Amino acid sequence: MSRTAIRVQNLSKRYRLGARREQYPTLRETIMATVKAPFRSLSGLLGGRERDRDILWALKDVSLEVNEGEVLGIIGGNGAGKSTLLRILSRITRPTSGRAEIFGRVGSLLEVGTGFHPELTGRENVYLNGAVLGMRKTEIDRHFDSIVDFAGIEQFLDTPVKRYSTGMYVRLAFSVAAHLDTEILLVDEVLAVGDMGFQEKCLGKMSEVTRQGRTVLFVSHNLGAVGKLCSRVAVLLRGETAYLGGTEEGIATYTKQYAETTEGNDLITVNADSFHTDSKYRLAGLEIRNREGQPLEYLCTGDPVVFRIKYEMRDELRKPNFRLQIFSEDRTELFRVASAYISGVHVPILPVGTGHADLLIDFFPFTSGKYFIDLGLAGHGEGFVHTVEYAATIKVQGKDVYGSGVHMTTRLGFLVFPHDWAISVNGQEISTRSDQ
Amino acid sequence: MYRDLFVILVWRDILVRYKQTLLGAAWAILQPLTAMVIFTVVFGRFARMPSDGLPYPIFAYSALVLWTYFSQALNQSANSLILNERLVTKIYFPRVLLPTAPIVAGLLDLAIGCCLLAVLLPFYGLGLSGNIWAAPIMILLTAVTAAGAGMLISALNVKYRDFRYVLSFLIQVWFFASPVVFPATLIPEKWRILLAVNPLAGAVEGFRWALLGTGTDPWPLLASSWLSATALLVVALIYFSRSEEYFADLI
Repeated sequence: MSRTAIRVQNLSKRYRLGARREQYPTLRETIMATVKAPFRSLSGLLGGRERDRDILWALKDVSLEVNEGEVLGIIGGNGAGKSTLLRILSRITRPTSGRAEIFGRVGSLLEVGTGFHPELTGRENVYLNGAVLGMRKTEIDRHFDSIVDFAGIEQFLDTPVKRYSTGMYVRLAFSVAAHLDTEILLVDEVLAVGDMGFQEKCLGKMSEVTRQGRTVLFVSHNLGAVGKLCSRVAVLLRGETAYLGGTEEGIATYTKQYAETTEGNDLITVNADSFHTDSKYRLAGLEIRNREGQPLEYLCTGDPVVFRIKYEMRDELRKPNFRLQIFSEDRTELFRVASAYISGVHVPILPVGTGHADLLIDFFPFTSGKYFIDLGLAGHGEGFVHTVEYAATIKVQGKDVYGSGVHMTTRLGFLVFPHDWAISVNGQEISTRSDQ
Repeated sequence: MYRDLFVILVWRDILVRYKQTLLGAAWAILQPLTAMVIFTVVFGRFARMPSDGLPYPIFAYSALVLWTYFSQALNQSANSLILNERLVTKIYFPRVLLPTAPIVAGLLDLAIGCCLLAVLLPFYGLGLSGNIWAAPIMILLTAVTAAGAGMLISALNVKYRDFRYVLSFLIQVWFFASPVVFPATLIPEKWRILLAVNPLAGAVEGFRWALLGTGTDPWPLLASSWLSATALLVVALIYFSRSEEYFADLI
């Protein structure tokens, strides 16, 4: 049984957005704030809520353990809390609550070349950077040749680093960092430096480090490197641990999660929450697909599209009628179809179980802009048993449908459809047809 | 381990200072020397400021060399956290190393500045006094004062960036509140202790006494100055260690 090297328990870190990144408070503001404070807390009592939106939980109740000799990868999108976790573990900042314990000498590489001074020479910077990373002078002396050798900058050792190329600078910086031989290593995205050749070399160095039986916490966007180096993976999502376990599964989780979380800004958003109902007859979901059955990432004016409405019956529904409506951004109904009443497709019965109804459209006629989709399901003698408002939001991408160079957007009307012009001038006809 | 880092930081401050500037070490002499010439003309000649019976240039320079050390050490110390933002946000180490390193690094400048005295004194036909053994006490007092003020302001600077402007104003006021261009003997004896609440007053007056043996008996002044310098350092240490943990989040 190996011993624990890093133990993190219920770790949380809160940032006040006002205090970070934004402007620095000036003395005057602080004095004014103090003067105003009694009034503000008074208005707080009267119902004015303090600004919750200014508070960001960079980490929320994260727990994990890393055993000695283990290499744990930490992956997650931007703002997932990876760097905050490393900053707390390296004691740069303190957690708001929870505990982080480290058993052994720790070295942290949150950045390559921290402390490098442009006026100093390569040689001087090796000592400076080494000391900053926590190496003793004797250690640096011992590794000096190896550092210079790895970086491959012997002939520039006595040149100020401000005259180095970016590549040389980064090579030297990484090289110093690579010689940090603490029992525990915290590494943040430092492999993403230098050219491809050097990155390979760094990766080689990293796997050498991991083979030496040292404990490594490795934060990276480079899933390939994580897969190669790590024995376990933690996936962070908005400050919380979304997954902790095997590497392959972790990477799969992250990839899937990433695809989901980016939908917020996405061109097609299905609002899964809106499908909730207590009805026995339930619409279970909507998929927007292409003809081949693949989910669409975006929809362009004029493209073919399939709306797949999924259902889930806990009881039989007689004579079902599926409805789909499309609304403009200001909730004007632009389009409505209903499988039975409008389109005349009659189904005698929907049995208990799940299934789907596909609405196939060859030419999606709406111009570029934002649209909402509502769904409904009715049954004979039952009326509408389930309606879903705002089932999906589509940001339709404009397209030069007519080949005239004009991108059709909602400013130019909501609809496009095939048409021709024939203009007669002095008995001659100028026609869009003649181009073809 | 952190001792090695401290040594390297001091070494960096010195290296950078002498590499970046064209004149390098000459600055350490030129700065107090220029000030000496100006003050000799303005205060010595125009204002006929008394100078404890010393030639005014010697009177001024002996204090200016210490004052220059103080103002530069304080200035660098107070800005140290902001200037080393990357170190603060990316590396853990006791933050107190940053504002204290320039205090130590500045001693080299002071030593170089003192070398000029070896030329100036014989030029005016003067010799070192027998009190020279006490000079290190005065230098230490200056260093402690600079460290206290520097730490305090550096921590405040992280939170309130307008302390940068406070700083230059403070140094100006501090200069005229210290007996650099005027002798402490100009002030009635019963008020002199009050003057020495400013630790630099004791240090400057004491330094002159140690070098040249002039002025009054410095020990009552020094007692008062040491007291306030120690108080300042304690306050600074408390404030610094309390706010230290938030530096990385705020800077």
